[in-house]
Amino acid sequence: MAEAKISFRNVAKVFGAGANAFTAIQNLTFDIDDGEIVTVVGPSGCGKSTAMNMVAGLMSQSSGEVLVDGKPVSRPGPDRGVIFQQYALFPWMTVRENVEFGLKLQKLGKVERRQRAMHYLGLVGLADFADSYPKTLSGGMKQRCAIARAYAVNPTVLLMDEPFGALDALTRVKLQNQLLETWSKDKRTVMFITHDVDEAVYIAHRVIVLAANPGRLQEIINVDLPFPRDDEVRLSPEFAEIRNRVWRAVYHRDTEAA
Amino acid sequence: MSVVSDIAVSEPGNRRWAPGNLFWAALSFAGGIGLWWLATVAGFSELPTPWSVLTRLIELGIDGQLWLDMYASLRRVLIGFALGSILAVPVGFLMGWYNIARALIDPWIQFFRVIPPLAIIPLAIVTMGIDETPKIFVIFLAAFLSAVVSTYQGVISVDKTYINAARVLGASDGTIFARVIIPASTPFILVGFRIGLGSAWATVVAAELIAAQSGLGFRMQQAQLYYDLPTIFVSLVAIGILGLIMDRVVVRVEERLTHWQERV
Ligand SMILES: Nc1ncnc2c1ncn2[C@@H]1O[C@H](COP(=O)(O)OP(=O)(O)OP(=O)(O)O)[C@@H](O)[C@H]1O
Ligand SMILES: [Mg+2]
Repeated sequence: MAEAKISFRNVAKVFGAGANAFTAIQNLTFDIDDGEIVTVVGPSGCGKSTAMNMVAGLMSQSSGEVLVDGKPVSRPGPDRGVIFQQYALFPWMTVRENVEFGLKLQKLGKVERRQRAMHYLGLVGLADFADSYPKTLSGGMKQRCAIARAYAVNPTVLLMDEPFGALDALTRVKLQNQLLETWSKDKRTVMFITHDVDEAVYIAHRVIVLAANPGRLQEIINVDLPFPRDDEVRLSPEFAEIRNRVWRAVYHRDTEAA
Repeated sequence: MSVVSDIAVSEPGNRRWAPGNLFWAALSFAGGIGLWWLATVAGFSELPTPWSVLTRLIELGIDGQLWLDMYASLRRVLIGFALGSILAVPVGFLMGWYNIARALIDPWIQFFRVIPPLAIIPLAIVTMGIDETPKIFVIFLAAFLSAVVSTYQGVISVDKTYINAARVLGASDGTIFARVIIPASTPFILVGFRIGLGSAWATVVAAELIAAQSGLGFRMQQAQLYYDLPTIFVSLVAIGILGLIMDRVVVRVEERLTHWQERV
Protein backbone atom coordinates (compact mmCIF):
# COMPACT_ATOMS: atom_id res chain seq x y z
CA MET A 1 0.00 0.00 0.00
CA ALA A 2 1.34 3.42 -0.92
CA GLU A 3 1.91 5.60 2.08
CA ALA A 4 -0.57 8.43 2.50
CA LYS A 5 0.72 11.99 2.40
CA ILE A 6 -1.43 13.08 5.32
CA SER A 7 -3.00 10.72 7.84
CA PHE A 8 -5.36 11.29 10.71
CA ARG A 9 -5.41 8.29 13.03
CA ASN A 10 -8.07 8.35 15.69
CA VAL A 11 -7.48 11.99 16.33
CA ALA A 12 -9.25 13.84 19.11
CA LYS A 13 -8.91 17.40 20.23
CA VAL A 14 -10.17 18.64 23.55
CA PHE A 15 -9.95 22.32 24.46
CA GLY A 16 -9.77 23.31 28.08
CA ALA A 17 -9.81 20.96 31.04
CA GLY A 18 -12.03 19.73 33.81
CA ALA A 19 -15.56 21.07 33.79
CA ASN A 20 -14.72 23.42 30.92
CA ALA A 21 -13.36 20.69 28.68
CA PHE A 22 -14.78 20.87 25.20
CA THR A 23 -14.37 18.11 22.63
CA ALA A 24 -13.84 19.82 19.31
CA ILE A 25 -12.85 16.68 17.39
CA GLN A 26 -13.46 13.06 18.15
CA ASN A 27 -12.24 9.86 16.61
CA LEU A 28 -11.19 11.35 13.31
CA THR A 29 -9.52 9.00 10.85
CA PHE A 30 -8.81 9.61 7.18
CA ASP A 31 -5.96 9.72 4.67
CA ILE A 32 -5.04 12.14 1.97
CA ASP A 33 -2.91 10.69 -0.82
CA ASP A 34 0.11 12.26 -2.39
CA GLY A 35 -0.94 14.63 -5.13
CA GLU A 36 -4.56 14.53 -4.13
CA ILE A 37 -6.89 17.49 -3.69
CA VAL A 38 -9.21 16.94 -0.77
CA THR A 39 -11.77 19.46 0.33
CA VAL A 40 -13.22 19.54 3.81
CA VAL A 41 -16.73 20.79 4.42
CA GLY A 42 -19.02 20.80 7.42
CA PRO A 43 -21.05 23.09 9.62
CA SER A 44 -19.39 25.94 11.42
CA GLY A 45 -17.54 24.79 14.52
CA CYS A 46 -17.14 21.19 13.42
CA GLY A 47 -13.38 21.43 13.73
CA LYS A 48 -12.21 22.01 10.18
CA SER A 49 -9.71 24.71 11.07
CA THR A 50 -8.63 22.76 14.11
CA ALA A 51 -7.90 19.70 11.99
CA MET A 52 -5.93 21.74 9.53
CA ASN A 53 -3.95 23.55 12.20
CA MET A 54 -2.86 20.18 13.49
CA VAL A 55 -1.47 19.27 10.08
CA ALA A 56 0.21 22.66 9.90
CA GLY A 57 1.80 22.06 13.29
CA LEU A 58 0.17 25.11 14.82
CA MET A 59 -1.84 23.03 17.27
CA SER A 60 -1.35 19.61 18.78
CA GLN A 61 -3.93 16.86 19.06
CA SER A 62 -5.11 15.60 22.43
CA SER A 63 -4.90 11.98 21.34
CA GLY A 64 -4.34 9.94 18.22
CA GLU A 65 -1.80 10.68 15.51
CA VAL A 66 -1.47 13.24 12.76
CA LEU A 67 1.11 12.11 10.22
CA VAL A 68 2.66 13.81 7.24
CA ASP A 69 4.78 11.53 5.08
CA GLY A 70 4.35 8.90 7.76
CA LYS A 71 5.97 11.05 10.43
CA PRO A 72 4.13 12.66 13.34
CA VAL A 73 3.75 16.40 12.99
CA SER A 74 5.61 18.25 15.71
CA ARG A 75 5.98 21.80 14.47
CA PRO A 76 5.22 24.03 11.52
CA GLY A 77 7.57 23.78 8.58
CA PRO A 78 7.96 25.12 5.07
CA ASP A 79 7.11 21.70 3.63
CA ARG A 80 3.48 22.53 4.49
CA GLY A 81 2.31 25.81 3.02
CA VAL A 82 -0.67 27.42 4.69
CA ILE A 83 -3.06 29.92 3.16
CA PHE A 84 -5.27 31.61 5.70
CA GLN A 85 -8.71 33.01 5.19
CA GLN A 86 -7.66 36.45 6.39
CA TYR A 87 -4.75 36.50 3.90
CA ALA A 88 -2.31 37.21 6.74
CA LEU A 89 -0.01 39.25 4.54
CA PHE A 90 2.44 41.30 6.56
CA PRO A 91 1.17 44.83 6.00
CA TRP A 92 4.58 46.38 6.74
CA MET A 93 6.19 44.51 3.87
CA THR A 94 5.66 45.11 0.19
CA VAL A 95 4.09 42.39 -1.92
CA ARG A 96 7.51 41.19 -3.00
CA GLU A 97 8.96 41.29 0.50
CA ASN A 98 6.04 39.18 1.66
CA VAL A 99 6.83 36.56 -0.93
CA GLU A 100 10.55 36.76 -0.21
CA PHE A 101 10.04 36.33 3.53
CA GLY A 102 9.94 32.53 3.44
CA LEU A 103 12.83 32.41 0.96
CA LYS A 104 14.97 34.54 3.21
CA LEU A 105 14.34 32.05 6.00
CA GLN A 106 15.68 29.36 3.70
CA LYS A 107 18.85 31.46 3.41
CA LEU A 108 18.51 32.00 -0.31
CA GLY A 109 20.72 34.68 -1.84
CA LYS A 110 19.27 38.06 -2.69
CA VAL A 111 19.25 37.58 -6.44
CA GLU A 112 17.68 34.16 -6.38
CA ARG A 113 15.15 35.31 -3.83
CA ARG A 114 14.09 38.12 -6.01
CA GLN A 115 13.88 35.93 -9.08
CA ARG A 116 11.77 33.31 -7.34
CA ALA A 117 9.48 35.94 -5.86
CA MET A 118 8.95 37.63 -9.20
CA HIS A 119 8.33 34.28 -10.85
CA TYR A 120 5.51 33.41 -8.47
CA LEU A 121 4.10 36.92 -8.51
CA GLY A 122 4.01 36.61 -12.28
CA LEU A 123 2.10 33.35 -11.97
CA VAL A 124 -0.62 35.00 -9.94
CA GLY A 125 -0.62 38.14 -12.08
CA LEU A 126 0.82 40.50 -9.48
CA ALA A 127 4.20 41.31 -11.03
CA ASP A 128 3.18 44.93 -11.52
CA PHE A 129 2.33 45.26 -7.84
CA ALA A 130 5.58 43.84 -6.48
CA ASP A 131 6.50 47.08 -4.75
CA SER A 132 3.03 47.95 -3.48
CA TYR A 133 2.00 47.57 0.11
CA PRO A 134 -0.87 45.16 0.85
CA LYS A 135 -3.16 47.99 1.90
CA THR A 136 -3.38 49.06 -1.72
CA LEU A 137 -4.54 45.65 -2.96
CA SER A 138 -8.06 44.32 -3.36
CA GLY A 139 -9.15 41.21 -1.46
CA GLY A 140 -8.57 38.97 -4.46
CA MET A 141 -5.12 40.43 -5.05
CA LYS A 142 -4.20 39.97 -1.41
CA GLN A 143 -5.20 36.34 -1.57
CA ARG A 144 -3.21 35.86 -4.78
CA CYS A 145 -0.21 37.36 -3.03
CA ALA A 146 -0.71 34.99 -0.11
CA ILE A 147 -0.84 32.11 -2.58
CA ALA A 148 2.37 33.26 -4.21
CA ARG A 149 4.00 33.52 -0.79
CA ALA A 150 2.98 29.96 0.06
CA TYR A 151 4.04 28.56 -3.31
CA ALA A 152 7.39 30.31 -3.33
CA VAL A 153 8.85 28.13 -0.58
CA ASN A 154 7.87 25.11 -2.62
CA PRO A 155 5.82 23.15 -0.08
CA THR A 156 4.73 19.62 -0.90
CA VAL A 157 1.43 20.14 0.89
CA LEU A 158 -0.89 23.11 0.60
CA LEU A 159 -3.26 23.74 3.46
CA MET A 160 -5.96 26.23 2.63
CA ASP A 161 -8.51 27.39 5.19
CA GLU A 162 -11.45 28.94 3.37
CA PRO A 163 -8.99 30.84 1.22
CA PHE A 164 -11.59 32.24 -1.14
CA GLY A 165 -14.34 32.73 1.43
CA ALA A 166 -14.15 36.50 1.50
CA LEU A 167 -14.09 36.96 -2.26
CA ASP A 168 -16.82 37.67 -4.74
CA ALA A 169 -18.15 34.79 -6.86
CA LEU A 170 -16.32 35.78 -10.02
CA THR A 171 -12.91 36.19 -8.41
CA ARG A 172 -13.48 32.98 -6.56
CA VAL A 173 -14.09 30.98 -9.74
CA LYS A 174 -10.99 32.54 -11.28
CA LEU A 175 -8.84 31.55 -8.34
CA GLN A 176 -10.31 28.04 -8.29
CA ASN A 177 -9.32 27.61 -11.92
CA GLN A 178 -5.91 29.04 -11.22
CA LEU A 179 -5.44 26.61 -8.36
CA LEU A 180 -6.39 23.68 -10.58
CA GLU A 181 -4.13 24.86 -13.35
CA THR A 182 -1.16 25.14 -11.04
CA TRP A 183 -2.00 21.78 -9.55
CA SER A 184 -2.06 20.13 -12.97
CA LYS A 185 1.61 21.12 -13.32
CA ASP A 186 2.99 20.38 -9.89
CA LYS A 187 0.51 17.86 -8.45
CA ARG A 188 0.93 19.02 -4.88
CA THR A 189 -1.22 17.59 -2.14
CA VAL A 190 -3.98 20.01 -1.24
CA MET A 191 -6.19 20.09 1.83
CA PHE A 192 -8.78 22.76 1.23
CA ILE A 193 -11.45 23.88 3.68
CA THR A 194 -14.54 25.57 2.37
CA HIS A 195 -18.13 26.42 3.19
CA ASP A 196 -19.09 26.43 -0.45
CA VAL A 197 -20.36 23.04 -1.57
CA ASP A 198 -19.92 23.91 -5.25
CA GLU A 199 -16.34 24.86 -4.66
CA ALA A 200 -15.74 21.73 -2.63
CA VAL A 201 -16.88 19.51 -5.47
CA TYR A 202 -15.38 21.50 -8.31
CA ILE A 203 -11.76 21.37 -7.23
CA ALA A 204 -11.60 18.05 -5.38
CA HIS A 205 -10.79 14.41 -5.90
CA ARG A 206 -12.60 13.70 -2.69
CA VAL A 207 -14.80 15.67 -0.34
CA ILE A 208 -14.55 15.01 3.37
CA VAL A 209 -17.75 15.93 5.19
CA LEU A 210 -17.48 16.53 8.91
CA ALA A 211 -20.34 16.63 11.40
CA ALA A 212 -20.44 18.88 14.43
CA ASN A 213 -20.86 18.44 18.19
CA PRO A 214 -18.49 16.83 18.55
CA GLY A 215 -16.56 17.26 15.31
CA ARG A 216 -16.27 13.90 13.58
CA LEU A 217 -16.26 12.25 10.21
CA GLN A 218 -19.65 12.17 8.52
CA GLU A 219 -18.87 10.89 5.08
CA ILE A 220 -16.18 10.83 2.40
CA ILE A 221 -17.49 11.42 -1.09
CA ASN A 222 -15.51 10.61 -4.22
CA VAL A 223 -15.71 13.15 -6.98
CA ASP A 224 -15.58 11.10 -10.17
CA LEU A 225 -15.31 13.97 -12.55
CA PRO A 226 -12.67 14.36 -15.24
CA PHE A 227 -9.72 16.77 -15.11
CA PRO A 228 -9.15 19.38 -16.34
CA ARG A 229 -12.26 20.83 -14.80
CA ASP A 230 -13.99 23.66 -16.59
CA ASP A 231 -17.39 25.24 -16.99
CA GLU A 232 -18.61 22.24 -18.86
CA VAL A 233 -17.85 20.01 -15.91
CA ARG A 234 -19.35 22.53 -13.54
CA LEU A 235 -22.62 22.59 -15.46
CA SER A 236 -22.84 18.86 -16.05
CA PRO A 237 -25.55 16.66 -14.48
CA GLU A 238 -22.85 14.49 -12.89
CA PHE A 239 -21.51 17.53 -11.08
CA ALA A 240 -25.00 18.41 -9.90
CA GLU A 241 -25.53 14.93 -8.60
CA ILE A 242 -22.33 14.88 -6.56
CA ARG A 243 -23.00 18.35 -5.29
CA ASN A 244 -26.42 17.23 -4.10
CA ARG A 245 -24.88 14.30 -2.30
CA VAL A 246 -22.42 16.55 -0.52
CA TRP A 247 -25.15 19.00 0.28
CA ARG A 248 -27.29 16.32 1.84
CA ALA A 249 -24.35 14.98 3.80
CA VAL A 250 -23.60 18.42 5.22
CA TYR A 251 -27.14 19.41 6.05
CA HIS A 252 -28.62 16.02 6.74
CA ARG A 253 -28.40 16.22 10.50
CA ASP A 254 -29.70 19.72 10.66
CA THR A 255 -32.87 18.80 8.78
CA GLU A 256 -33.35 15.75 10.94
CA ALA A 257 -32.96 17.73 14.11
CA ALA A 258 -35.23 20.53 12.95
CA MET B 1 -1.05 61.95 33.37
CA SER B 2 -3.23 60.88 30.55
CA VAL B 3 -3.20 57.24 29.66
CA VAL B 4 -2.68 55.48 26.36
CA SER B 5 -5.17 54.11 23.90
CA ASP B 6 -7.79 56.81 23.84
CA ILE B 7 -5.81 58.17 20.92
CA ALA B 8 -6.73 55.74 18.18
CA VAL B 9 -3.84 54.34 16.21
CA SER B 10 -5.69 55.12 13.04
CA GLU B 11 -5.72 58.80 13.77
CA PRO B 12 -2.81 60.04 11.63
CA GLY B 13 -4.94 59.88 8.51
CA ASN B 14 -7.06 62.72 9.84
CA ARG B 15 -4.15 64.77 11.08
CA ARG B 16 -3.07 65.94 7.69
CA TRP B 17 -3.57 69.60 7.16
CA ALA B 18 -4.89 70.70 3.85
CA PRO B 19 -3.76 74.20 2.79
CA GLY B 20 -7.35 75.32 3.30
CA ASN B 21 -7.18 74.28 6.93
CA LEU B 22 -4.04 76.31 7.37
CA PHE B 23 -5.89 79.36 6.19
CA TRP B 24 -8.70 78.85 8.67
CA ALA B 25 -6.22 78.20 11.46
CA ALA B 26 -4.43 81.46 10.69
CA LEU B 27 -7.73 83.29 10.58
CA SER B 28 -8.78 81.76 13.86
CA PHE B 29 -5.54 82.79 15.55
CA ALA B 30 -5.77 86.30 14.17
CA GLY B 31 -9.34 86.52 15.44
CA GLY B 32 -8.32 85.30 18.88
CA ILE B 33 -5.53 87.84 19.15
CA GLY B 34 -7.92 90.52 17.92
CA LEU B 35 -10.37 89.67 20.70
CA TRP B 36 -7.57 89.71 23.24
CA TRP B 37 -6.48 93.12 22.01
CA LEU B 38 -10.06 94.45 22.18
CA ALA B 39 -10.48 93.11 25.69
CA THR B 40 -7.33 94.85 26.92
CA VAL B 41 -8.10 98.11 25.13
CA ALA B 42 -11.65 98.21 26.47
CA GLY B 43 -10.27 97.63 29.96
CA PHE B 44 -12.23 94.41 30.59
CA SER B 45 -9.27 92.66 32.00
CA GLU B 46 -5.87 93.17 33.48
CA LEU B 47 -4.20 91.15 30.76
CA PRO B 48 -1.21 92.72 29.10
CA THR B 49 -1.86 93.87 25.56
CA PRO B 50 -0.64 91.71 22.70
CA TRP B 51 1.71 94.53 21.91
CA SER B 52 3.43 94.52 25.30
CA VAL B 53 3.81 90.76 25.13
CA LEU B 54 5.44 91.05 21.72
CA THR B 55 7.78 93.74 23.03
CA ARG B 56 8.76 91.56 25.96
CA LEU B 57 9.28 88.63 23.61
CA ILE B 58 11.71 90.66 21.55
CA GLU B 59 13.46 91.96 24.67
CA LEU B 60 13.88 88.51 26.13
CA GLY B 61 14.94 87.18 22.74
CA ILE B 62 17.66 89.79 22.26
CA ASP B 63 18.69 89.52 25.87
CA GLY B 64 19.16 85.77 25.34
CA GLN B 65 17.23 84.89 28.48
CA LEU B 66 14.42 83.28 26.50
CA TRP B 67 16.78 80.98 24.64
CA LEU B 68 18.51 79.93 27.81
CA ASP B 69 15.19 79.10 29.42
CA MET B 70 14.01 77.18 26.40
CA TYR B 71 17.28 75.32 26.25
CA ALA B 72 17.11 74.40 29.92
CA SER B 73 13.55 73.07 29.65
CA LEU B 74 14.11 71.26 26.37
CA ARG B 75 17.28 69.66 27.61
CA ARG B 76 15.52 68.17 30.61
CA VAL B 77 12.64 66.93 28.54
CA LEU B 78 14.72 65.38 25.83
CA ILE B 79 17.11 63.63 28.19
CA GLY B 80 14.31 62.33 30.38
CA PHE B 81 12.21 61.34 27.41
CA ALA B 82 15.06 59.60 25.65
CA LEU B 83 16.06 57.61 28.73
CA GLY B 84 12.45 56.73 29.52
CA SER B 85 11.64 55.59 26.01
CA ILE B 86 14.84 53.66 25.52
CA LEU B 87 14.14 51.69 28.66
CA ALA B 88 10.40 51.39 28.03
CA VAL B 89 10.64 49.60 24.70
CA PRO B 90 12.61 46.55 25.86
CA VAL B 91 10.68 46.37 29.11
CA GLY B 92 7.39 46.57 27.22
CA PHE B 93 8.51 43.84 24.83
CA LEU B 94 9.62 41.69 27.71
CA MET B 95 6.25 42.08 29.38
CA GLY B 96 4.39 41.27 26.20
CA TRP B 97 6.53 38.28 25.32
CA TYR B 98 7.04 36.58 28.69
CA ASN B 99 4.14 36.13 31.05
CA ILE B 100 6.46 35.92 34.00
CA ALA B 101 8.04 39.28 33.19
CA ARG B 102 4.59 40.72 32.91
CA ALA B 103 3.49 39.29 36.24
CA LEU B 104 6.61 40.69 37.93
CA ILE B 105 6.65 44.14 36.40
CA ASP B 106 3.03 45.00 35.79
CA PRO B 107 2.02 45.65 39.42
CA TRP B 108 4.76 48.26 39.75
CA ILE B 109 3.73 49.98 36.60
CA GLN B 110 0.09 49.98 37.56
CA PHE B 111 1.04 51.46 40.91
CA PHE B 112 3.31 54.21 39.61
CA ARG B 113 0.95 55.04 36.80
CA VAL B 114 -1.66 56.36 39.18
CA ILE B 115 0.83 58.58 41.00
CA PRO B 116 1.18 61.93 39.23
CA PRO B 117 4.88 62.26 38.35
CA LEU B 118 4.96 65.61 40.13
CA ALA B 119 4.12 63.93 43.40
CA ILE B 120 7.48 62.21 43.16
CA ILE B 121 9.32 65.52 43.19
CA PRO B 122 9.60 66.01 46.94
CA LEU B 123 11.00 62.52 47.29
CA ALA B 124 13.30 62.99 44.32
CA ILE B 125 14.68 66.24 45.65
CA VAL B 126 15.34 64.85 49.09
CA THR B 127 17.05 61.76 47.75
CA MET B 128 18.74 63.15 44.64
CA GLY B 129 19.63 66.71 45.57
CA ILE B 130 18.51 69.91 43.93
CA ASP B 131 20.44 69.81 40.68
CA GLU B 132 19.18 68.44 37.38
CA THR B 133 18.84 64.82 38.46
CA PRO B 134 15.47 64.92 40.24
CA LYS B 135 13.81 66.85 37.40
CA ILE B 136 15.16 64.55 34.73
CA PHE B 137 14.20 61.57 36.82
CA VAL B 138 10.61 62.69 37.13
CA ILE B 139 10.40 63.30 33.39
CA PHE B 140 12.02 59.97 32.74
CA LEU B 141 9.33 58.36 34.85
CA ALA B 142 6.52 60.13 33.03
CA ALA B 143 7.85 59.16 29.59
CA PHE B 144 8.71 55.63 30.64
CA LEU B 145 5.27 54.87 32.04
CA SER B 146 3.48 56.06 28.90
CA ALA B 147 5.76 54.25 26.51
CA VAL B 148 5.99 51.01 28.45
CA VAL B 149 2.25 50.57 28.66
CA SER B 150 1.69 51.17 24.98
CA THR B 151 4.62 49.00 23.92
CA TYR B 152 3.25 46.20 25.99
CA GLN B 153 -0.24 46.75 24.59
CA GLY B 154 1.25 46.69 21.12
CA VAL B 155 2.98 43.38 21.66
CA ILE B 156 -0.02 41.59 23.11
CA SER B 157 -2.34 42.87 20.42
CA VAL B 158 -0.24 41.60 17.52
CA ASP B 159 -2.61 39.54 15.39
CA LYS B 160 -1.97 35.86 16.02
CA THR B 161 -2.45 35.17 12.34
CA TYR B 162 0.74 37.08 11.50
CA ILE B 163 2.67 34.99 13.95
CA ASN B 164 1.21 31.79 12.54
CA ALA B 165 1.88 32.93 9.00
CA ALA B 166 5.52 33.47 9.88
CA ARG B 167 5.80 30.17 11.71
CA VAL B 168 4.45 28.11 8.83
CA LEU B 169 7.00 29.74 6.55
CA GLY B 170 9.66 28.40 8.89
CA ALA B 171 10.39 31.38 11.13
CA SER B 172 12.06 30.85 14.50
CA ASP B 173 10.99 32.72 17.63
CA GLY B 174 13.80 35.19 17.14
CA THR B 175 12.80 35.92 13.58
CA ILE B 176 9.18 36.30 14.57
CA PHE B 177 10.19 38.79 17.20
CA ALA B 178 12.34 40.87 14.88
CA ARG B 179 10.29 40.69 11.70
CA VAL B 180 6.75 40.44 13.02
CA ILE B 181 6.35 41.59 16.62
CA ILE B 182 8.49 44.69 16.34
CA PRO B 183 7.00 46.08 13.13
CA ALA B 184 3.47 45.12 14.10
CA SER B 185 3.72 46.94 17.40
CA THR B 186 5.50 50.01 16.06
CA PRO B 187 2.28 52.01 15.65
CA PHE B 188 1.44 51.42 19.30
CA ILE B 189 4.93 52.31 20.45
CA LEU B 190 4.83 55.57 18.56
CA VAL B 191 1.50 56.48 20.07
CA GLY B 192 3.14 55.83 23.43
CA PHE B 193 6.04 58.10 22.50
CA ARG B 194 3.67 60.81 21.53
CA ILE B 195 1.75 60.62 24.77
CA GLY B 196 5.00 60.24 26.68
CA LEU B 197 6.50 63.34 25.14
CA GLY B 198 3.33 65.26 25.92
CA SER B 199 3.35 64.23 29.53
CA ALA B 200 7.12 64.81 29.79
CA TRP B 201 6.63 68.35 28.59
CA ALA B 202 3.77 68.96 30.98
CA THR B 203 5.84 67.52 33.79
CA VAL B 204 8.96 69.57 33.14
CA VAL B 205 7.14 72.86 33.23
CA ALA B 206 5.38 71.95 36.43
CA ALA B 207 8.61 70.66 37.96
CA GLU B 208 10.33 73.94 37.15
CA LEU B 209 7.54 75.85 38.83
CA ILE B 210 8.27 73.94 41.99
CA ALA B 211 11.98 73.49 42.03
CA ALA B 212 14.40 74.95 39.52
CA GLN B 213 16.77 77.81 38.90
CA SER B 214 16.26 77.92 35.16
CA GLY B 215 13.75 77.01 32.48
CA LEU B 216 10.46 78.34 31.22
CA GLY B 217 8.55 77.20 34.28
CA PHE B 218 11.06 78.86 36.59
CA ARG B 219 10.85 82.07 34.57
CA MET B 220 7.09 82.15 34.97
CA GLN B 221 7.36 81.53 38.64
CA GLN B 222 9.79 84.43 38.98
CA ALA B 223 7.59 86.65 36.85
CA GLN B 224 4.68 85.81 39.07
CA LEU B 225 6.58 87.16 42.09
CA TYR B 226 7.10 90.49 40.31
CA TYR B 227 3.64 90.56 38.79
CA ASP B 228 5.29 90.56 35.37
CA LEU B 229 2.42 89.41 33.16
CA PRO B 230 4.11 89.90 29.77
CA THR B 231 6.91 87.53 30.75
CA ILE B 232 4.39 84.95 31.88
CA PHE B 233 2.71 85.25 28.51
CA VAL B 234 5.94 84.95 26.60
CA SER B 235 6.82 81.80 28.54
CA LEU B 236 3.38 80.31 27.96
CA VAL B 237 3.59 80.94 24.25
CA ALA B 238 7.08 79.45 24.13
CA ILE B 239 5.84 76.37 26.01
CA GLY B 240 2.95 76.00 23.60
CA ILE B 241 5.05 76.40 20.49
CA LEU B 242 7.80 74.04 21.61
CA GLY B 243 5.21 71.45 22.66
CA LEU B 244 3.50 71.74 19.32
CA ILE B 245 6.77 71.37 17.41
CA MET B 246 7.76 68.27 19.36
CA ASP B 247 4.34 66.75 18.79
CA ARG B 248 4.53 67.42 15.05
CA VAL B 249 7.96 65.84 14.88
CA VAL B 250 6.66 62.65 16.50
CA VAL B 251 3.65 62.64 14.17
CA ARG B 252 5.97 62.96 11.19
CA VAL B 253 8.14 60.11 12.41
CA GLU B 254 5.01 58.10 12.99
CA GLU B 255 3.80 58.72 9.46
CA ARG B 256 7.14 57.73 8.04
CA LEU B 257 7.41 54.52 10.03
CA THR B 258 3.81 53.38 9.71
CA HIS B 259 2.96 54.47 6.18
CA TRP B 260 2.06 50.84 5.46
CA GLN B 261 -0.82 50.98 7.88
CA GLU B 262 -4.35 50.89 6.66
CA ARG B 263 -6.02 54.05 7.87
CA VAL B 264 -9.69 53.85 8.49
N1 LIG C 1 -8.31 27.86 20.98
C1 LIG C 1 -9.52 27.35 21.25
N2 LIG C 1 -9.97 27.26 22.52
C2 LIG C 1 -11.17 26.72 22.80
N3 LIG C 1 -12.03 26.26 21.88
C3 LIG C 1 -11.66 26.32 20.61
C4 LIG C 1 -10.39 26.87 20.21
N4 LIG C 1 -10.30 26.81 18.87
C5 LIG C 1 -11.45 26.26 18.44
N5 LIG C 1 -12.26 25.96 19.47
C6 LIG C 1 -13.58 25.33 19.39
O1 LIG C 1 -13.45 24.17 18.63
C7 LIG C 1 -14.51 24.02 17.74
C8 LIG C 1 -14.00 23.87 16.33
O2 LIG C 1 -13.41 25.08 15.93
P1 LIG C 1 -12.88 25.27 14.45
O3 LIG C 1 -12.32 26.66 14.38
O4 LIG C 1 -11.97 24.17 14.09
O5 LIG C 1 -14.22 25.18 13.62
P2 LIG C 1 -14.42 25.29 12.05
O6 LIG C 1 -14.98 24.03 11.58
O7 LIG C 1 -13.17 25.76 11.41
O8 LIG C 1 -15.54 26.40 12.00
P3 LIG C 1 -15.75 27.54 10.90
O9 LIG C 1 -16.36 26.88 9.74
O10 LIG C 1 -16.70 28.48 11.57
O11 LIG C 1 -14.42 28.14 10.63
C9 LIG C 1 -15.41 25.23 17.93
O12 LIG C 1 -16.50 24.88 18.71
C10 LIG C 1 -14.54 26.21 18.65
O13 LIG C 1 -15.32 26.97 19.53
MG1 LIG D 1 -12.55 27.58 10.48
